[in-house]
Formats: sequence, structure tokens, C-alpha cells
Amino acid sequence: MRHFDRDIEHLKELLLRMGAMVEDAISDSIRALLERDSTVAERVIATDDAIDQMELEIDQHTVELIAKMQPAAVDLRFVATAMKITPELERIADLAVDVCERAVELNREPLLKPLIDIPRLARMTQDMVRQSLDAFVRRDASLARQVIARDDEVDMLTEQSFRELLTYMLEDSRNISRAIRLTFVGKYFERMADAATNICEMVVYLVEGKVIKHSNEAP
Amino acid sequence: MHFAFLAPVPLTLPTMSVRELEKVSSSPPAKRTERAKIDVRDFDFYYGASKVLHGITLSIPQNRVTALIGPSGCGKSTFLRSINRMNDIIPGVHVSGSITIDGEDVYGKGVDVVSLRRRVGMVFQKSNPFPKSIYDNVAYGLRIGGSRDRRKLDEVVEQSLTRAALWGEVKDRLRQSALALSGGQQQRLCIARALAVDPEVLLMDEPASALDPIATQKIEELVYELKENYTIVIVTHNMQQAARVSDRTAFFMLGKLVEYGETNTIFMNPGEKLTEDYITGRFG
Repeated sequence: MRHFDRDIEHLKELLLRMGAMVEDAISDSIRALLERDSTVAERVIATDDAIDQMELEIDQHTVELIAKMQPAAVDLRFVATAMKITPELERIADLAVDVCERAVELNREPLLKPLIDIPRLARMTQDMVRQSLDAFVRRDASLARQVIARDDEVDMLTEQSFRELLTYMLEDSRNISRAIRLTFVGKYFERMADAATNICEMVVYLVEGKVIKHSNEAP
Repeated sequence: MHFAFLAPVPLTLPTMSVRELEKVSSSPPAKRTERAKIDVRDFDFYYGASKVLHGITLSIPQNRVTALIGPSGCGKSTFLRSINRMNDIIPGVHVSGSITIDGEDVYGKGVDVVSLRRRVGMVFQKSNPFPKSIYDNVAYGLRIGGSRDRRKLDEVVEQSLTRAALWGEVKDRLRQSALALSGGQQQRLCIARALAVDPEVLLMDEPASALDPIATQKIEELVYELKENYTIVIVTHNMQQAARVSDRTAFFMLGKLVEYGETNTIFMNPGEKLTEDYITGRFG
């Protein structure tokens, strides 16, 4: 194995480790919300620093790799992809922290209503993030495109959950603070799905050298 | 209640010329139309019985830098030297197919090789100044072409040295031996010497491979500037150099042209697996 391949492999490992931490953060944030467990929420908030550190470590590694190895072709696209995926992962982790902060606030009050759409939204997002990382690891552009196609479903579900929460707010103004927090939570998951979509767009670029971002290409 | 803040405010835009506006507009700059300077069709090259170039077909655009890359022995230098018939002196060499420059067949009957080489200058890997003064090196081509006009010679020497980005460094010692110059300066002197006869095409065979990074950078800057006036074909083993200086890249292997295209495409998303393996260093 070339020295360069080892560096690329190491970069991939770092990204996967970060990906695993982010996946944990998402599933714990869902647990904190659905099981109303503030201890779990606090743990997610506390581990965010470690994810931030991972981002810095990966950034440094990618810049070093460019400086020393001058990657070209698929190697160059891999490094470019790594540089664009890392901030998306970090963003997802931040959003999981946001979910947890809202969960802690919500857990101090009685449940507004049984949650139906938000858990579905959360699971779908979690799935998309996991699959986006799978697509990256396996360099699977077709899986990436499938994930991108699901983003519309997530948007619809977010909208649907917002409409429902709106009725609670209109019904009784005492519901407003909890309903707004839940609306935020919906929005956080929707943005995580957006980040997963961005990751998948980069996977298509990595595999095919094709930029599908901001294009009208049907995924 | 006052709604004065809603009243239309006279909008004053900083005045801008049309040219400035064009500069800030998001549309990409119009591409210069690419005219083929050198056209190569089914070109085969033989050293005796052994065929070293197989059916090369490509079109080299005018006022662009075209890089030829590939592993040692792939035929890229042979191809480069075929463009101005530098291989003619090697015994047993023969060719088939055609190379035309502005439509004129380089290997056509009655082609004057000397005047061809005046149109198609060459710079070699190892700088090879004559053991003469700096001035005489640059004026050499003109003198053997019969030019004796002192003022004209002075003018061409200054212009060529300026174009080769060497004038400032040597203008006060034009009468000193060229051999006293540094390696990088000698190489730029050879470029000036090639430019003095006013060629249309400049062939460069690894012009910076024997130079340190600073001298290399100067040569690369020079290549970049020279394409304004010349069509440049450069052979290089340095991948990054090809990526930096060229507009087009041709990848040769085992005497065949594997892939030829925009340098950006070749280095970011090559079409051929072989090209990818070569430029990512995964060869063999």
C-alpha cells in the first residue's frame, strides 16, 4: 500500500469515527425527546465538544494531505469531499444538541400531545444520515441519489407536523411555548436531513465527478 | 404616525463603466475561440522496424499550452520532436500519417526543415547556451539567417530577453559569457534565443526538470505569459507542473495517446482508468 493510500485510509477512518459519534448524537437526541430523558440530553450536549475536536483534527489532516501529496483525480475528489462532509457532520451534531436543549426544556413541562409525526421525522432523518455515510464509505452514488430523493418526504413531514402544532397554538395560548419548541425540533431534524442530502451530493461528485448540487438533475 | 421611512429614497448607485459592469456580472468570461494550430492525424513513428508511436491523432490549439505527460518511454518526447522534425537526423527513422501546422504538412515534399524549425522553436531539458556572450547567444539565429543590422539586432535581443523575463538580470552584462549565468538563467536565455527568430510554436522538453523550485516557478510564469503570443507544447514529468501551466493535457502510454482533453478534466475527472492510475500514482 502506498504511503498516500494509508493517509487517505486514515482520513476515511477519522470521518467514519466522526460519523459514528454523530449518529450516536442523533439517536440519543431522539431518545431524550421521546423518552423524556434529560440525562441523556445532557450527555449529548456534553459530547459535542469531542465532535468539534474531530472536525479540527480532520481539517488539519486534509490540509496536510493536500500540501504533502497534491492529490489528483479521484484522490482529489475524495479529499474535497472529506472537506465538505466534515462541516456537515459537525452541523448535524450541533442540531442534535439543539434538539436536546429543547428536550430538556420540554421535559420540565407536561407533554403537549402524544408525538406522532416528529418521531417519524426523526427516524427518517436518522436513516438518511446513516445511509449518506454508508454511501460515502461504499462510494455508492445510486444509494446517495436514493437518499437525496427522500429529502422531499422529510420536508413534507416537517410541514405537516408544523400545521398540526399550529392548531394547538390556536386552540390555547398556553400551548404556544411547548408547540414552538416542538416546531423547532421538527425544523432541526429537517435540517439534519438537508445536511445528509449535501453529503450525498458530494458522494455523487466523489464517484462520478459530477456536480449535482444546485442542478435540476432528478436524483 | 409617520411612515416617512417608507417613502422612496432616491437611490444613488455608484457610477460604473460598462466594462466594470461586465467584470462584476456573474456570466463567465467568453471563451476565446480555439483555432487549431497543429493538427496531427494517424501519425505513426518508427525507429527502424520498431514502431514507437501508434496512430496519434490530436489537434493542438493556438495560443494555448498543451502538456504531454506519460511514463518514461511512452513516446511523448518523440512526438514532441516530430513536430519540428528534430528526429530526422536519427538513422532509420520514418513516419506515416500527417502533422500539419496551419494546414501545411510538416513532412510534405519540399519542406525546408530550417525554416520549419524557425517557425517551431525548441527548448530542451538541459540548458545548452553556446560558449558565447549572452548577446551573441540571442542574436545567433538572426545572424545565421543573414541579419547584420546592428540596431535591429539590439532591438530583437532586448525584446527576446524581456519576453524571456531575463532582461532585467542581464542588461548590464550582455557581453559576458552565457556560461557564467545560473542554471535557471541559462534556461531562460535558451528560451530568449528560441524567441529571437520569432517562432509561432514553442516546443519545450522538460524545460524545468533540472532547475530549483524558484527557477522552475520563473519558467512556469514565463510559459503562462508566452502563450499570449505563442502556441506552446510542453513535455513534463512533473504532474503538478502540467496541472499548473497547461490548458490541455495529452496522456501517452506505450506509444499511444490514451486521453487528451482540458487539463481541468484530466486532473479532476479523467475519462480513462489508465489516466487516473497514472496521475494518482497508482501505476503498475
